[in-house]
Amino acid sequence: MDVFWEWFRWLYDETGINFSVFYDPYNREKFAAAILVTVQIAVYVLFITTLIGLIGVWMQRSRFRLLRWFVRGYIELFRNTPKLVQLYCLYFGVSAFLPRVDDGTGLMAPIIGAFAWVLLAFALHYGAFTIEVFRSGIEAVPETTIEASRALGMTELQIYRLVLLPLAFRICLPALNNNYVFVVKGTSLAYAVGVNEMLYAANQIFTLDANVPEMMTVLLICYVSLVTVFVTFMNKLERALKMPGYGT
Amino acid sequence: MIRSGEIPCVLPSPRGTDLPVLLPAAEVVARRASEERARGGAKLRLKARHGVWLFLAFVLFSGIAEARAGVGGPFWVMATLWKWTPLLAEGFMLNLIMSFLAMVIGTVNGALLGIAQISLMPSVKNTSWFVTQFFRNAPWLVLMFYVMYLVPFQFRIGDFVIPFPDWIKATLGFSLPVMANVSELVRGAIQSIPSGQKEAAESLAFTRRQVFWMIIIPQCVKRVLPPWMNLYAILTQATVLASVVGVTEMVTTAHEILGAEYEPSLLLPLYTYVLLWFFAYCYPIARWTMHLERKFAVEM
Repeated sequence: MDVFWEWFRWLYDETGINFSVFYDPYNREKFAAAILVTVQIAVYVLFITTLIGLIGVWMQRSRFRLLRWFVRGYIELFRNTPKLVQLYCLYFGVSAFLPRVDDGTGLMAPIIGAFAWVLLAFALHYGAFTIEVFRSGIEAVPETTIEASRALGMTELQIYRLVLLPLAFRICLPALNNNYVFVVKGTSLAYAVGVNEMLYAANQIFTLDANVPEMMTVLLICYVSLVTVFVTFMNKLERALKMPGYGT
Repeated sequence: MIRSGEIPCVLPSPRGTDLPVLLPAAEVVARRASEERARGGAKLRLKARHGVWLFLAFVLFSGIAEARAGVGGPFWVMATLWKWTPLLAEGFMLNLIMSFLAMVIGTVNGALLGIAQISLMPSVKNTSWFVTQFFRNAPWLVLMFYVMYLVPFQFRIGDFVIPFPDWIKATLGFSLPVMANVSELVRGAIQSIPSGQKEAAESLAFTRRQVFWMIIIPQCVKRVLPPWMNLYAILTQATVLASVVGVTEMVTTAHEILGAEYEPSLLLPLYTYVLLWFFAYCYPIARWTMHLERKFAVEM
C-alpha cells in the first residue's frame, strides 16, 4: 500500500500534480474521516427518515383528526420549503433559543451541535417525502385484499405483517429508492453549517496545500462513486424484490 | 417470459398489467417514481394556501421580533425590511438571472446529450450515457464548487479580456446537473413514443431524420414540457446554494443585512420574507405546470 501512496509523491515531484490527499498521511486520515462522516450522515438520516415515515403514515391513518392534521401540516411545511432554509432556520434560528453548556474547555457550546442539527433538519425534510411514499404504497393495496385476508381469519397484525406491508413496500420501492438517493446526494449541504464532511475536508486541504484542481477532482469522483454504488445497490434490491408478473 | 420459480398470477393482459389484483394506483406510483428519477427531484406542489400560511408566519414572526427587540418604535421590523427591500430585490434578480441562464445552457446541452443517448453509434450512445449518469449522480453543491474553483476569473484572448464573475461560474455549475436531468427527460420522452409510430412512418418511406423531426420530436415536446418546467422551479430554489460560496444573491444579502442590523430576532421575519419572494415566483410556475400536465394527459 505504501508503494501506492508513495507513487503520488513521485508524481508530484516529477509533474507537479499534487494529490497531497494520497501521500500525506495527515491529509489522508483527515479525508478518510470525512468520508466516514458523510456515510454516517447518510446512514443516520436514512434510518431516522424511515422511522418518521413509518410513524407518520401510521398517524395519518389514525382515527383522530388532530393527528391527521398534524401530519398533513408537517408534510406541507417541510415538503415545500428549501432544505437550506430549513437547515439555517434550525441551526441559526432555533438553536439561538436553546441554553448553552460548558463544553469542558471553558467555552460555552450550544447544547446541540452542527452534526445533530444537520441530522434533524435532513431527517425532517426527507421524512415528509417518506411519509408520502409509504402512504402511496399502502393506498395502492385494494381494500378487497384486506377484506379477503380478514375472511381467511387473519388477525389485524397478521394482515399488516403478511399482506399489507409486503405489498405496499414493493409497490413504493421505486419511489422510496429515489428518496433515499436524494438523501445520499444531499449530504453535501452539511458543509453550509460547518460539519466536517467530504466537501468541508476537501476545502480545508486545498486551502492549505493550494491544489484545488486535484482535490476537487478527487472529491467529485468520491461523491459520484458513493452515489453510484448506492444507486446500483438500491436498483439491485428493487429488481430482487420485484413482484413476479407485475409491471413491465 | 416465465422464468423458473415465478408463477404468473394471471395471463398477461394486452395493456401490460399482469396483476389486476392491485389498484391502478400502483401503476401511478411506479410511473411517478420513474418521472421523478429523470427529473432528479420531487415535484413541486405549491398551493395558494401555502402562500397564505407563509404570510401568516411572516406576520407572527414579525410580531415576536418586534416584542423581543423593543427598539425603534412600532412597526420597526416592517420598516427595517422595507428599508432593505431594494437590496434584497437586487439579490433576487441575480437568482432569477442565474436560474434563467443555467436553464438555457442546461437545456441546449441536455437536449443534445439526450438525443445522443439514443444514437445508433455505440460509442456516442455509451459516452453520452456515461456523462449523463456522472452528472446526475454528483450533488449540485459539489458541481457548483467544482466549476467555481476551476474556472478562472477571466479569460484572456490576445488583448481582449473576458471577465468571469463568480455568479457566472455558479451559473455554469448549476447548468451541469440541469443538463444531465434534461438529457434523461429527453431520452425518456423519446423512448416513451410507441415504436409502432416509428415503424409506420418507416413503412411510409420517411427517412430516419424525417421520422425524428416530424413525428417523434413534436410529441416529445408535450411530454417533456411539464417536468422541464418543474425542473426550472427546482433550479430557481437551488440557486440559493450559491450563497454558500459567497455569490451576492438573495440569501447572502439577507445574511449581510442581519450582520448590519445586529439584531438576532430579525432572522425569522427576514427568512420568511425571502421565502415569500420565492413563493411568489415559483407558485405561478407550479400552477401552470399542473395545468399543462392535466391538459396533455387528456390528449395522450
